[in-house]
Amino acid sequence: MSEPIISIRNVNKEFPGVMAVDNASFDIEANEFFALLGPSGCGKTTLLRMIAGFETPTSGEIIIDGQDISHVPANQRPVNMVFQSYAVFPHMSVIDNVGYGLKVTGVPANEISTRASEALERVKLGNLANRKPDQLSGGQRQRVALARALVKRPKVLLLDEPLSALDAKLREQMQLELAHLQEDVGITFIIVTHDQDEALSMADRIAVMHEGRVDQIAAPDVLYEQPHNRFVADFIGKVNLFEGTVTGARGKTVSIDTAGLGKVQVPHAEAADGSVSLAVRPEKVRISKTAPRSKSVMGTKGRIADWAYYGDVSHMFVETEKGLRIGVIIQNETRKTVDAMDVGDIVHVYWSPEDTLLLNS
Amino acid sequence: MLEMFKRAPQGPLDYSRRLWLRFFAAAIFVLLYLPIFTLVIFSFNDSKRNVVWRGFTTKYYEKAWNNDSLIEAFVNSITIAVASTIVSTILGAMIAILLWRFRFPFKAAYEGFMALPIVIPEICMGVAMLAFFSRVTGYPTGWMWPFNLSAITAAHIAFTFPFVAIVIRARMAGFNRELEEASKDLGANEWQTFWNVIFPYMRPGVVAGALLAFTLSLDDFVITFFTSGPDTLTFPVKVYSMVRFSVTPEVNAASTILVIITVVLTLIAMRLQAPDKTEVA
Amino acid sequence: MIPGTAWLVLFFLAPLAIIWAISFGENTSLVKTEITGTLDNYWRALSDVVYLKIIWKSLWISLLSTALCLAIAYPISFLISFAKDKWKPLLLMIVILPFWINLLIRTYALIAVFRTRGFANFGLEWIYNTLQLDHLFGAFEPLPLLYNNFAVIAGLVYVFMPFMVLPLYASIERLDKSYLEASLDLGASQSRTFWSVTVPLTMPGIVSGLILVFIPMLGSFLTPDLLGGTNAQMIGNVIERQFKAANDWPFGAALSFLLMYVTFGALAIRSVLSGRKSGMEV
Repeated sequence: MSEPIISIRNVNKEFPGVMAVDNASFDIEANEFFALLGPSGCGKTTLLRMIAGFETPTSGEIIIDGQDISHVPANQRPVNMVFQSYAVFPHMSVIDNVGYGLKVTGVPANEISTRASEALERVKLGNLANRKPDQLSGGQRQRVALARALVKRPKVLLLDEPLSALDAKLREQMQLELAHLQEDVGITFIIVTHDQDEALSMADRIAVMHEGRVDQIAAPDVLYEQPHNRFVADFIGKVNLFEGTVTGARGKTVSIDTAGLGKVQVPHAEAADGSVSLAVRPEKVRISKTAPRSKSVMGTKGRIADWAYYGDVSHMFVETEKGLRIGVIIQNETRKTVDAMDVGDIVHVYWSPEDTLLLNS
Repeated sequence: MLEMFKRAPQGPLDYSRRLWLRFFAAAIFVLLYLPIFTLVIFSFNDSKRNVVWRGFTTKYYEKAWNNDSLIEAFVNSITIAVASTIVSTILGAMIAILLWRFRFPFKAAYEGFMALPIVIPEICMGVAMLAFFSRVTGYPTGWMWPFNLSAITAAHIAFTFPFVAIVIRARMAGFNRELEEASKDLGANEWQTFWNVIFPYMRPGVVAGALLAFTLSLDDFVITFFTSGPDTLTFPVKVYSMVRFSVTPEVNAASTILVIITVVLTLIAMRLQAPDKTEVA
Repeated sequence: MIPGTAWLVLFFLAPLAIIWAISFGENTSLVKTEITGTLDNYWRALSDVVYLKIIWKSLWISLLSTALCLAIAYPISFLISFAKDKWKPLLLMIVILPFWINLLIRTYALIAVFRTRGFANFGLEWIYNTLQLDHLFGAFEPLPLLYNNFAVIAGLVYVFMPFMVLPLYASIERLDKSYLEASLDLGASQSRTFWSVTVPLTMPGIVSGLILVFIPMLGSFLTPDLLGGTNAQMIGNVIERQFKAANDWPFGAALSFLLMYVTFGALAIRSVLSGRKSGMEV
């Protein structure tokens, strides 16, 4: 494997009273589209700002392309950033904004104009070079911010919640464009976001952060199918959680005593002990008025308490006698699926043990 | 035709369309401006007793122009205003940047101290200046012009620069710190960032603050009255001594000039302080 | 930081400190004052009936003028903040602009209006004669509008009213108009809504405005000097006289420090009142 483009080594950042980043250590490969995902206040932006040089780690090292940049000031780091507010200079034209980073570092004028025009073409703003930022839409200003950062040919491009200010339609379109742009320019992108859809759809790998800690780093499908802990399972996608205690293990199967589901057996590769959580994604849960034929499934019986219809899918909540509330997502494949059941009906909900995740609490 | 007069019915919160409120406001606006307008209009009145209009003349402007001591006072006041504006703009901008940019112990107390010259009664500051210059430093009488105005100028700077600082500080409160970070991120050092990004944003505040300082200095009577030494003549003090004797069209003429200067400068300053359209919300 | 601070210390704090010291002194000759630590000057100001009367008069004139300013400025601020957005800057400018015109000139303009043969009496006479009241009550007698307490109060209101509009406008503008709609929706009348919702919610602006106007009024010198008669003097005029004609600096210094203490008290009240409303700061 090649050298990582960025190595975060035991990085801590303490603000008065809070550990904003708690012992982060991971590598980011060259040409990777990497996402830092987490709820607000989880430390993802602080981590990004430490890479950019706007915050200094309390301890630890940040190595970019083999060089420890912990003591390099922001303006001399080989990284560039697209800011959350875009930070397009309001008093400069689009082309001057894009050329700014070259001008202040002494690039000759003729080179500035060719490189700036190229960068603008790349983000499809070639025709707006002489506009002022106040004459641009939010999406266009973001493209200016992108061009302005890319024209510096950084080793890593940092994006701080780049899509949060755009409306839903434009956001979806920009997600695709950013992914294409990244393939196109072949630069490592690190994006900070609190939106799981954004991270799942764009990133090659995602680091999920929570209260300053990096909980799990994995590819999107792995994160979804094999979350390491309750937080990751809960934060990414929807999930039903059941509390239980491990009573025994045989081979790769673990026996668990749960309050709501009784005694169950689920496959699990690693050893488990004590109190655990069982997790199952709502789209993996089946629902029917008749009992399941297969004996290998697990589940329970309950009453349909709520039903939300979304057109393509329906979200249902089934309440059991033991007080569990189980979410189910069904595809509305035919009118029949929708018409067959109603709120108040007694139904069976069940799923395959293979779809059940065992999470340490 | 009738369409023109048709108006949407008043909503419960359309207070601005309540007739009595409009009449009240209009009456107050008229009362606010009437004295000043009559002052201006009757400066062109061809009569010494200026209640009745007796025809248009500019002779009182000529008379004012030929009144050497009035002209001297006017030049002195403008000189003081220019000098104190330059110094207080620089001092005010420095303080504003300091308060905007840095945190330090007792910052709130420091800000309160800076605001003191704005809040304490003018008469207190006036007599303090009188005591300071007459008993401690002595008046710069006999110094070469314009240095004989230095005492008044120093006093004017002391009460104008806190205003400048407030105006610039208020402007900087709207500055998006990410612009500064973006500049550094793109490779600019502190100095380049200040002149390329921060200062262009600050500039309207600096100009507005300077104009404010200029008008404040030109307008001030009380502090100038107490700070003027035995033989430095300034415009407000000269007008004061003329007014104490009688109301004359000559005073009207001189006042009109000053009113026009302040109104123009104030309008420019207000325009500059208006919300900036180039800013991105 | 250093230049600005140094300037204020030298040309503001030092002069005030000197006055403060002088207020504890006695005149020993025409140009010499000895700081003896005496409290006589303060004692004289607070016990001599002549000065107590002037302090009392300064207070009630300022309070009355402040109240009048509020009564005029509140409807104006209200109108402006409910006006269409495109009119707001213009209306605000109309109110504020006179404030920037030289105080002396504005006061002087009032003299021309108020004096015996001024515009006010001229206008009144014209109305009087047009209504042919002279046939009933005899010839028009000009009203004594100048050189009395009326002139001083009118002058103070005229001069400081614009200053009241700024904080009031700011707080009415900041008031979420849906509170008013909610009150009307819940069945309150317009006047009930005004007194129970609008006034309490804009109270920080009202307090700010009252104090910002009261302080300079109490310390005003020029307006009572030019518009007031010999018996319409305020504390500012007494201070001036001590420093100029009467040449009793220690007493003048004590009076101006008493004025400063009242100012600080008023500012303290303002910061307490606005600090308590931290939820809806103005």
